[in-house]
Amino acid sequence: MATVHFTLDGKAVTAEADEDQPLLYLLRDELGLNNPHFGCGLAQCGACTVHLDGEPLRSCVAPASIVEGKTVTTIRGLGTPEHPHPVQQAWADEQVPQCGYCVNGWIMTAAALLRKNPKASDAELRAGLAGLKCRCGTHLSIMRAIKRAQARLA
Amino acid sequence: MSTLSRRAVLQAGGALVVAIALPRLVPVVDAAAPAMPALPDPSQLDAWLAVLPDGSVQAFFGKMDMGHGIEIAIAQIVAEELDVDIERVSIVMGDTARTPNQGGASGSTGISNGAKPLRNAAAEARRLLVEAASREWDVPVARLAVAQGMVSVIGEPARSLSYAALVGGRKFNAPVEWNKSVGNAMDVKVKAQPKARGAYKLVGQSLPRRDVSGKVFGTRDFVTDLRVPGMLHARMIRPPKAGQVVGHVDSAALTTKYPQVQVVQDKDFLAVVAPREWLAVKAARELKVEWRPDTAQKPWPGHDGLHAWIRKAPVLKRDDALRKGDVEAAFAQAARVVDAEYEWPLQSHACMGPACAVADVRGDRATVWTGSQKPHSVRDGVAKLLGMPIEAVHTIWVMGPGSYGRNDAGDAAMDAVWLSKRLGKPVRVQGMRHDGTAWDPKGPACVHRSRAALDAQGKVIAWDFTSRGLSRVGVSFNEADPRDTLAGQSLGMPLPTDIGFGAPSESYGFANKRQAWEVVPPLQERYSPLRTSHLRDPLGPEVHFGSEQFIDELALATGQDPVAFRLANLTAPRDIAVVKAAADRCNWTPRVKPVIRSKKQDAVLTGRGMAYATRAGTVVAVVIDVEVTPATGRVWARRVTVAHDCGLVVNPRGLVQTIEGNVIHGLSRTLFEEVQFDADTVRSVDWASYPILEMQDAPEAVDVVLLDSAQSDPSGAGEPTIRCVPAALANAFYDATGVRLRRAPFTPARVKKALQSRSRKA
Repeated sequence: MATVHFTLDGKAVTAEADEDQPLLYLLRDELGLNNPHFGCGLAQCGACTVHLDGEPLRSCVAPASIVEGKTVTTIRGLGTPEHPHPVQQAWADEQVPQCGYCVNGWIMTAAALLRKNPKASDAELRAGLAGLKCRCGTHLSIMRAIKRAQARLA
Repeated sequence: MSTLSRRAVLQAGGALVVAIALPRLVPVVDAAAPAMPALPDPSQLDAWLAVLPDGSVQAFFGKMDMGHGIEIAIAQIVAEELDVDIERVSIVMGDTARTPNQGGASGSTGISNGAKPLRNAAAEARRLLVEAASREWDVPVARLAVAQGMVSVIGEPARSLSYAALVGGRKFNAPVEWNKSVGNAMDVKVKAQPKARGAYKLVGQSLPRRDVSGKVFGTRDFVTDLRVPGMLHARMIRPPKAGQVVGHVDSAALTTKYPQVQVVQDKDFLAVVAPREWLAVKAARELKVEWRPDTAQKPWPGHDGLHAWIRKAPVLKRDDALRKGDVEAAFAQAARVVDAEYEWPLQSHACMGPACAVADVRGDRATVWTGSQKPHSVRDGVAKLLGMPIEAVHTIWVMGPGSYGRNDAGDAAMDAVWLSKRLGKPVRVQGMRHDGTAWDPKGPACVHRSRAALDAQGKVIAWDFTSRGLSRVGVSFNEADPRDTLAGQSLGMPLPTDIGFGAPSESYGFANKRQAWEVVPPLQERYSPLRTSHLRDPLGPEVHFGSEQFIDELALATGQDPVAFRLANLTAPRDIAVVKAAADRCNWTPRVKPVIRSKKQDAVLTGRGMAYATRAGTVVAVVIDVEVTPATGRVWARRVTVAHDCGLVVNPRGLVQTIEGNVIHGLSRTLFEEVQFDADTVRSVDWASYPILEMQDAPEAVDVVLLDSAQSDPSGAGEPTIRCVPAALANAFYDATGVRLRRAPFTPARVKKALQSRSRKA
């Protein structure tokens, strides 16, 4: 076991983690978070995505020790209904989710993508979202939402 | 964490004294509960809806919103009939203690069947409330009006009574005439006359969903997020190779290393349980098991040999689903015969996350939280597994990681129940990725033999379409019998014996016609990762991949435009209207042979194709504009046009998004999805070995035309569109390249190979 200190959704936390314990299980098991989700455990789908110092991270494979001294933001820390992130607001406006289990991957990835490249073209968006899965097939709503967020950020 | 006693939850179905149970409010079993609770009685109005003390309304829906947004649609229908504000109507879904058994999510019947009794019950409740006010004031009903949950005397606004005052918090104690059906067909008749469609104010509006905020801000819990006090975490251990059985299990080594871990084994049912999830995951990986071969198990044919195996396999059952005229006589007279065969692979539900369930079995009661789309079936199956009456089993549906049929959710529920029974504690089971991809029940692989007889003028005088494949119910489409689950099969229960398949659904008026199916034995009898069951629109995409491609082949073989050919041969007016609407919307131009627009290998070839089908009253036509890149084998459905007639539309926006999801899922299955396996091992275990469509390959646009058949009752939308997608794409591919793809999926390697063989011939 090792002790890790980090900032989680704006709060300082200290937690114990096994040497080989992925961050996802630290967040869910030890810290009681219900987001992000387990989808594959192989960094192939995105359902577990969080931000580590603002960059998307697949928490199902990243060792918990990686967060020492850093800032982790989950979808709950990204924004709230009162203070939504523009991407979350666009997701709500476009009524994107169907089952909604995949939503962490898309929103956290899109938020980081638009921060770096707010005017990303269609092709850049499609490339930037590669690897993310949605089994309900909400891809068209997702593109509409991102374009709506882009318009808001412009 | 809030808690709700079991008794309070059960009482809530009747007297309604508690707040709505959100998934986070975890009921705790009240072990002292003396009597078996009564299940909701569909012949009582109180089973369908209740007015709470504050005048808000709860409707009890024995189906669920699995993601298409029917929760708001049901609320619209109930609010419409009751004349209350939509914000005051909440829908309780899929809780066996609180909702009648309407069959769960099933066959796209959420609105078409599921809303019927609620609509009638809401109309009846309104009638009874107006009557109560009439008695109270001694004023005839004709002089009363209802608005926003208030009954008032017309012209005397001072005389008004709210629903809350009239019945709030109390039962109606009024009978409704239940048709005695259980499941999808459950309905009730009432004295009240539901509203005429012309009076609708809420039905037909694109009102927003209620689950979006919780999903977008990460505040809504899924079944994977439930935590019950004292809950243990389990991982199931499945045999790595075909037919293997459990030999020696080295539990001692594992539990010495991890004293908190327990190993549970009953015959071939094998699990690792731990107080923390990560420990369960780790311990499951480290458990050493000696697997023994089952000598009776024959080698699997592998996915590349599967269709040859299906062709040669014995037929367990044949059914001539449709016989019209004398097919054989027509073929004997044919001037020309056209024939073709089509092959569809085994496919996985591969839901967004592997299934999860939590079970708490204590004494003579059990509580199960499941993402299964059929919680009442889970209840029945659990009751059989435990030898309890169904009243003793409380199953609560909580949104899981997606569901489009009989996926792995029911297996997880049964596994959790068995473990909880064995350990006497609440147990949470979640799969790892391979459990969701390699071990879910599969959509059946099949071969379709099509032939048509033409007369000397090229007119079709006979149509003969025979599908042969694995059963759609190798395990049942629900979990009502544990024999249909991995738990039951690993525990050695007798095997299920159901056999079923499907046939095309269309209205072509060929004079002589036969549609038949033949089912072959399973690849493995017991506890098989390749068992087959319902996957979204069971047999719809599979069968119409053949039948609707063959329609195009017939049209082109006789020099006719495929759209004109459909219009000339279809007989149902709604079908004709839908095909016309799709063709008009995309400015279809007639084509009687492919025009290859470039011969350069690096060029992009373009084409378009159509397919049409019906499903339980819904009619759909899909046109796909495709781009094919021969150098890479990429097939991109760039633009998709859908004409859709499902009768009365309750929520147009939700409907369009449901149709879009159908298109994406259909493209994914046609382009990418095939369960790979060899002689004894499933090789599709994750997203790398079972790829699905990602954003790069999503269409640029899906243009949906909703045909407003407001005269027709609403029919389903969750599945009809997907059955048109594979053939529309294949027909578009042919139009672009002059090459027929008669085997799905159209992977880049397969496409390149097909185009190279065309180049060699050219």
